[in-house]
Amino acid sequence: MMSAAWRSAAHLGLLSCEGCGLLSRAAEGAGETHCPRCDAKLHLRKPNSIQRTWAFVIAAAICYIPANLLPVMTTITPFSKSEDTIMEGVVLLWSPSSWPLSVVVFIASVTIPLAKLLALSYLLTTVQRGSIKSTRERTRLYRIVEFVGRWSMLDVFVDTFVVALVQLQPLMSVEPGPGVVFFAAVVVLTMIAADSFDPRLIWDQDEVNHGQPS
Amino acid sequence: MANLPDTNGFPDIPEAARSSPKRGRLRLSVVWIIPIVAAVIGGWIAVQKYLSQGPTITISFGTAEGLESGTTKIKSNGVDIGTVSTVRLSEDRRSVIVTAKMAPESQGMLVEDTQFYVVRARISGGTVSGLSTLLSGSYIGIDVGKSKQKRRAFIGLAVPPVVTGNVPGRFFLLKADNLGSLDYGTPLFFRRIQVGQVVAYELDQDGRSITVKVFINAPYDQYVTTATRFWQASGIDVSLTANGVSIHTESLVSILIGGIAFETPATSSVPTPAEPNAVFTLFDNWGNAMKLPQGEPHTYVLVFRQSVRGLVPGAPVEISGIHIGEVVSVGMDFDLKTYGVSIPVTVKVYRHLVSEKLTKGGPDALPTDSKAMIDKLVELGFRAQLRTGNYLTGALFIAFDLFPNAPKATIDWSQEPVELPTVPGELQGIEQSLTNIVQKLDKLPLEAIANDLRKSLVALHQTLTDASKLVKRVDADLAPEAKAALAEARRTLEAAERTFSSTNKVILGPNAPVQQELRDALQGVSEAARAIKDLMDYLERNPGALLGGKRSTPPPTPQVSPAKNGGK
Repeated sequence: MMSAAWRSAAHLGLLSCEGCGLLSRAAEGAGETHCPRCDAKLHLRKPNSIQRTWAFVIAAAICYIPANLLPVMTTITPFSKSEDTIMEGVVLLWSPSSWPLSVVVFIASVTIPLAKLLALSYLLTTVQRGSIKSTRERTRLYRIVEFVGRWSMLDVFVDTFVVALVQLQPLMSVEPGPGVVFFAAVVVLTMIAADSFDPRLIWDQDEVNHGQPS
Repeated sequence: MANLPDTNGFPDIPEAARSSPKRGRLRLSVVWIIPIVAAVIGGWIAVQKYLSQGPTITISFGTAEGLESGTTKIKSNGVDIGTVSTVRLSEDRRSVIVTAKMAPESQGMLVEDTQFYVVRARISGGTVSGLSTLLSGSYIGIDVGKSKQKRRAFIGLAVPPVVTGNVPGRFFLLKADNLGSLDYGTPLFFRRIQVGQVVAYELDQDGRSITVKVFINAPYDQYVTTATRFWQASGIDVSLTANGVSIHTESLVSILIGGIAFETPATSSVPTPAEPNAVFTLFDNWGNAMKLPQGEPHTYVLVFRQSVRGLVPGAPVEISGIHIGEVVSVGMDFDLKTYGVSIPVTVKVYRHLVSEKLTKGGPDALPTDSKAMIDKLVELGFRAQLRTGNYLTGALFIAFDLFPNAPKATIDWSQEPVELPTVPGELQGIEQSLTNIVQKLDKLPLEAIANDLRKSLVALHQTLTDASKLVKRVDADLAPEAKAALAEARRTLEAAERTFSSTNKVILGPNAPVQQELRDALQGVSEAARAIKDLMDYLERNPGALLGGKRSTPPPTPQVSPAKNGGK
């Protein structure tokens, strides 16, 4: 399928409506363009995609710190009260019998959010620098980030279930810690960031360099 | 969009609608609010976390038993004020250094004299404490000090303090010979109410006594006065007195685990409350505690020249059976000149009691000045004597008494301690008398007496032999004659008997003439008596007849009235 002249819709002055899918030609003049059929706003590219994505990535990165430092769960027994952060939970689970669980928690809660943040930052930086290298791989990376996003809520789910189920007062009770809020924020913000990112930007430069029609 | 590429290539595609621009585009998107908000919240939490971070302290303990890093709490009055973060061995490997993160509100508690101790389940002083630690694990307790000076490195106590600083009350020190059954937390009783505890004890520097530190809770500490006596209330104190067996105990708890009791003896003077940390003597039992008067004792030396077997330190010193002091030590001196052994006995006497007892009343009041008084007493025969207190054990005691016949003695007041004169003890006195008797016996001319006696015995033997001969002669010569004489005598007696029997017949036989005559005579007398009676009757009725003679009236009826008859 390698062709000498890749043309993007933007290049051809065509806009696709995100609402009803109608393809329309860009209109002349200033102002915002609207879909002639459903009146949704039309953009050639997601507006301010890079800036928005950066904002969400930074916000998520900020939240990632307290999410890992603050306790996500408080276990109260009549004689003790222990607060555990995500990493403490991982360490706690790290035993000959339950190490797989520990690995799952570690990957789902620590590695994936971090990997997502790094991946998005990488995509943003490369796009801003107008890189044309490994565009295809970068697109795949983006798809993975977008797919994985929702599964990062695993920890929040576990926490919610445990808190709801383990209410054996006065013997034992579990309360959510402040960390879980930040953890959820990380997950949500990275999802929004991934959504804000316009993968077409990866290819735009490629087209500038390669696909200039002769 | 000025540089739009060729858009007319797709004529069949509708053109997008266009609306007028509202305003100029902001260069910065509103979306940046989100990271700012996140940063603000994160920063706020970080600041709060930092602010809530209390000081970090280190405590060194002998053992880390029950202490776990990250789990063990530091509690004050049951409230968590910190958590142990690390537990590690000290560099010299002799102790354990516990690092703990404290809550910020504990700032004021970490002062110079604050003490830390590990609370484990323990049984002491009849109480079980720290039971909750069996399930929850040990925790570190804190006894907050009063100092203002801050401190971050502490040395933990091996044993939890029985009384923590915030309990009102006072500490007192008790000097005891031995610890007995006391321990940390041993209860203190006042009128059998538990009012305090033993908080510490230690051997004194010189190793001769033990100082027991006790704490008496607030409302009760006012009953500790300068005259208060403390005694070991452990076990049962059985004493046999003239009144019978008396048993003195404190509560059942103290019988089992020991205890200390105190009481202020009733005195005339109003006792002043004791100062905190005042030192008292801890007596062995109630009797001892109440026996000795309080006050400074005076030390005297009594020199005895006899065996003091049975006299031990602590033996009582008495005047007329009243305890006034006790023996402190028994020594020994050897006099090279006379080769005699003398035993100096040091005693302590509560002299003010002596003077009080001796100066009260009396016909010739003694001088109140103690030296002059003792001089006067000694002049009167005041001496110390060893006496047997218990004939079973041979225990001796020292009695002061007046011995008017004692040899004269004076007191040398320049000596220290002063020596008081003594007289030999009772047994020694008896011994002396026996010796005198033996000496006298020795002086008797026993040999001469024995010779005399032997001579006498020989003479006696001769006499007896002569007597024997005499008897034999009497046997041979006198017996036949005596027999003849006896036969003669019997014959005489028989004749006499015969004579008597014939006489009997004459006098006492039924028809004996003597009897007949006697009967007639008696009859005559009887008749005379009747005539006199008649006369008397007549005279009773007619007393005038004595003067006028008998009238010619019919004679009275001879029969007597029935009344008279009945009277007879």
